[in-house]
Amino acid sequence: MASLWEYANPLKFMRTTDWLLPVVAVAAVVTTATGLIWGFFFTPDDFRQGSTVKIVFLHVPAAMMAINAWVMMLVASLVWLIRRHHVSALAAKAAAPIGLTMTFIGLFTGAVWGQPMWGTWWAWDPRLTSFLILFLFYLGYIALWSAIDDPDTGADLTAVLCLVGSVFAVLSRYAALFWNQGLHQGASLSVAPGTRMDWAYKAPLYVSMVGFGLIFVALVLAGTRTEIRARRMKALVARERMV
Amino acid sequence: MIALLVRDLRLAFRAGGGFGLGLAFFLIMAVLVPLGVGPEPDILARIAPGILWVGALLACLLSLDRIFALDFEDGSLDLLATAPVPLEGVVSIKALAHWLTTGLPLVLVSPVLGLLLYLPPQAYIWLVVSLALGTPALSVIGTFGAALTVGLKRGGLLLSLLVLPLYIPTLVFGAEVVARGAQGLEVATPVALLAGITAGAVALLPFASALVIRINLR
Repeated sequence: MASLWEYANPLKFMRTTDWLLPVVAVAAVVTTATGLIWGFFFTPDDFRQGSTVKIVFLHVPAAMMAINAWVMMLVASLVWLIRRHHVSALAAKAAAPIGLTMTFIGLFTGAVWGQPMWGTWWAWDPRLTSFLILFLFYLGYIALWSAIDDPDTGADLTAVLCLVGSVFAVLSRYAALFWNQGLHQGASLSVAPGTRMDWAYKAPLYVSMVGFGLIFVALVLAGTRTEIRARRMKALVARERMV
Repeated sequence: MIALLVRDLRLAFRAGGGFGLGLAFFLIMAVLVPLGVGPEPDILARIAPGILWVGALLACLLSLDRIFALDFEDGSLDLLATAPVPLEGVVSIKALAHWLTTGLPLVLVSPVLGLLLYLPPQAYIWLVVSLALGTPALSVIGTFGAALTVGLKRGGLLLSLLVLPLYIPTLVFGAEVVARGAQGLEVATPVALLAGITAGAVALLPFASALVIRINLR
């Protein structure tokens, strides 16, 4: 029976992603383009927020992927620590810069949106603060990877950092909630009575969320392939030297 | 383990051992802030809890890279790792030594610095309590960061980048205890949360630190 663990074999992983990556990449581009174009040009303006509401189609998917990327790194780190599959560690490494970028997009579009809506680029609101903290966690994780020469040591240390960091990231989230009650609205897709989003907005938002998810998958696959190739190259260089 | 503790303490107290560095930093910070912000008692009293906590946190950060770096360089960390004492215990003792030489002096001098910053009188007890409860967590978390970066040259900046985000919950709850104490509000919730973080960190993080040191010594 085919099992997920087969893809722990780099050769098998490379072979499968060889055809899978273009498919996912094309799907990602098409879905995201559909979601964004639909969202930007074919939705009505909000009666209170005007056209600024359209930032939501970038803001919410990016913010969602910023958190999901960290969760994916956490799972990949656990798989690396428990089962020692190199592909898993390399996938976690590949996901970090993407998560960092998504966090930045979330923060940046939030600032651009907050300026006309709240009258400020930044507020020390729990949600915003949590995202800034998440940004710092990504920075630390990437910095640790880049500081260590030996790839296996790097994979081990960053994996432990990811586990410990996750606990503290969750703690920080609740600390931030405790510290200051916020300005940010609740979750955009929550079903709180009276504030529900209309389907005219929800449909393109879902499409663009799926699109961002596919972009993430495509970029992680591409990044992991690069890392695997870099490893192979290193092995080849090392072998050359031995001869 | 007690011998190790005594050795670490002795090394720290000797010249160049880094004892007093954190204290001096804490003192200078408390002097510089009024000079920068202005001498108005209202403003200083308002920001005193936060300043004192941030100062304590940065003072702790200063001496973190000393926890393992010297032992790593002269090879005694390898000996400690192969000693019959479990590495988790060694790490805990290292954290305890760091706390005794950095955290505890901060706790003891903090009331004096509170005076400089016009901390309201009812907040002194909470300042001491919150620092006494919170600084062990800072030492233990810092030991984990130091363990992560032990093999690296010039790991100091990286160490700060890794450790500062981990310090956030401790800082938030610690400063909240003092701020609430200053306003005469109920402080039980943040005190309990702060104590919870410290207890959790002291109980669990040494395992992570020991694991990381084993990886680094491989």
